[in-house]
Amino acid sequence: MNAITPSAKLHDCRDAFVAVLERLGADNPKIVAVCNDSVGSSKLGGFKARWPERLVNVGIAEQALVGVGAGLANGGLLPFVCGAACFLTGRSLEQIKADIAYSNANVKLIGISSGMAYGELGPTHHSIEDFAWTRVLPNLPVVAPCDSIETAAAVEWAASYDGPVFLRLSRVGVPDLLPTGHIFELGKANLLRDGDAITLIANGTITHRMVKAAAILAEQGIEARVLNMATVRPIDVAAVVAAARDTGAILTAEEHSTFGGLGSAIAEVVVAEAPVPMKILGVPGIFAPTGSAEFLLDEFGMAPAAIAETAIALIARKSSRT
Amino acid sequence: MQPNDLDRIAQQIRLRDLQAVFEAGAGHIGGEMSAIDILAALYFRVLRIWPDQPKHPDRDRFVLSKGHVALALYVTLAKRGFIPEEEVATFLKPHSRLNGHPNCNKVPGVETNTGPLGHGLPVAVGMAKAAKLTGAAYRTYVLTGDGEMQEGSNWEAIASAAQFGLDNLTLVIDHNRFQQGASLKDTNNLAPFPAKLEAFGWDVTEINGNAMDEIVPALEKRGSRPHCIVAHTNKGHGISFMQDKVDWHHKVPSAEQYQIAVAELSEAL
Repeated sequence: MNAITPSAKLHDCRDAFVAVLERLGADNPKIVAVCNDSVGSSKLGGFKARWPERLVNVGIAEQALVGVGAGLANGGLLPFVCGAACFLTGRSLEQIKADIAYSNANVKLIGISSGMAYGELGPTHHSIEDFAWTRVLPNLPVVAPCDSIETAAAVEWAASYDGPVFLRLSRVGVPDLLPTGHIFELGKANLLRDGDAITLIANGTITHRMVKAAAILAEQGIEARVLNMATVRPIDVAAVVAAARDTGAILTAEEHSTFGGLGSAIAEVVVAEAPVPMKILGVPGIFAPTGSAEFLLDEFGMAPAAIAETAIALIARKSSRT
Repeated sequence: MQPNDLDRIAQQIRLRDLQAVFEAGAGHIGGEMSAIDILAALYFRVLRIWPDQPKHPDRDRFVLSKGHVALALYVTLAKRGFIPEEEVATFLKPHSRLNGHPNCNKVPGVETNTGPLGHGLPVAVGMAKAAKLTGAAYRTYVLTGDGEMQEGSNWEAIASAAQFGLDNLTLVIDHNRFQQGASLKDTNNLAPFPAKLEAFGWDVTEINGNAMDEIVPALEKRGSRPHCIVAHTNKGHGISFMQDKVDWHHKVPSAEQYQIAVAELSEAL
């Protein structure tokens, strides 16, 4: 296959989210947006201008945000509950568990500005625990699209899926990677580049960094497979097992703590099904120092060159085993 | 159905609830006895519901926010025809649908899963708001405990309900004055409730929550703002040795106590 080339232009995936939400909302009057004062940060201004009555703003009250969302679904509406991911998941986790996941309410939870997106605002605003908190909940798919194309496709899918969804979006600009017209499939990884030396797996804002790392490796004659794995739950077991068997080593990277996120979900499969050398990149279990999102991701070893170096070290571990 | 008939139904629910607690060896009998008159009034007089169509879009919504008194709800739902009456005997048994807290995906008539306190009212606000947005005529009722009102999430929802002008929402606070370990007064005393709710923009009605002739008119009252009924009740109501005793939050009667309680409730029938 031809390797994916990241677009030069960077996109704020929130724009793709609201564009699809408004398009779907025009045809489906049951779609409502629910927010916690976050009209601006969730980019719901356009939705509000078109359908002011369908924007349900509970104010700065995240427990009510999620509970009200569950009640709106019970009343036959299709709520998209939007808030900064750090507050939406952290402040209202028990509401997500009881009112949404356990009750199996048809509510779409849209976590905005996830990961390190709030950079300099500090660890209170970093949402690097949300995969861990949400992926343990039954009934709740957890999805982190890698670009604006996948974001649009995932929103479209979420609206048609009968059940709760946690969609984890960023505000950090990312290049487009997936082809126009891409259709989102829950629990299905996308092959962005094939190779047999190692598999690089990421999602969200990190996927394009993995693609760039693979290009660096290729310059050195190392062919890496790159998977975009937006769905953290249910994890794509088949793709993980194939990666382990075909390439013998797996390197994951995510805009999340190295504890309990995408890498952990993959490791659970690797350990059970096909043990191979593996490394998880992310925020290494600390509260991050001051810095922009891009600075912090680089700081934690997720600059493309650093990812490539880590991959080479991991490949060496693979050969030392044989 | 008239108040006298509702009283009889409430006593029958009490008897069945008591028996199930005794047989299961668990339950929250004090708060069940305090709330049963309100449940009987709702399910046998006030709610527009169709037991054979539990998901009918026009049904009135009832949310049991004090989910730990699930047994009282199960007995009421069984008596009203949502589940078989004999199923109550499976309460808490392995793989029974009748868990210690109600499950909306298993038990017909349950609207949302409750158990952790402070969850029902925000969800009920969403239900009432949905009716406003869609033009549906159903009304939403939610029952909380008085200790439960200590949860901050309730006050988020109370503010939202007033902001949204939810005149189709009725909150009933089962004000039995006791929580698990002590009286409300000695824990975190939110009483008196009325002025607090009124300050948030709600209409408030205070009633004797164990007197059917006060419960029914309060539940049927219609106004232009969200409505809170502060229902003064007795924990363990109807069973003399349980009444207003904090121990009976989730204690199980001995065989001797059970016989006394059965006799008292049967006499009231």
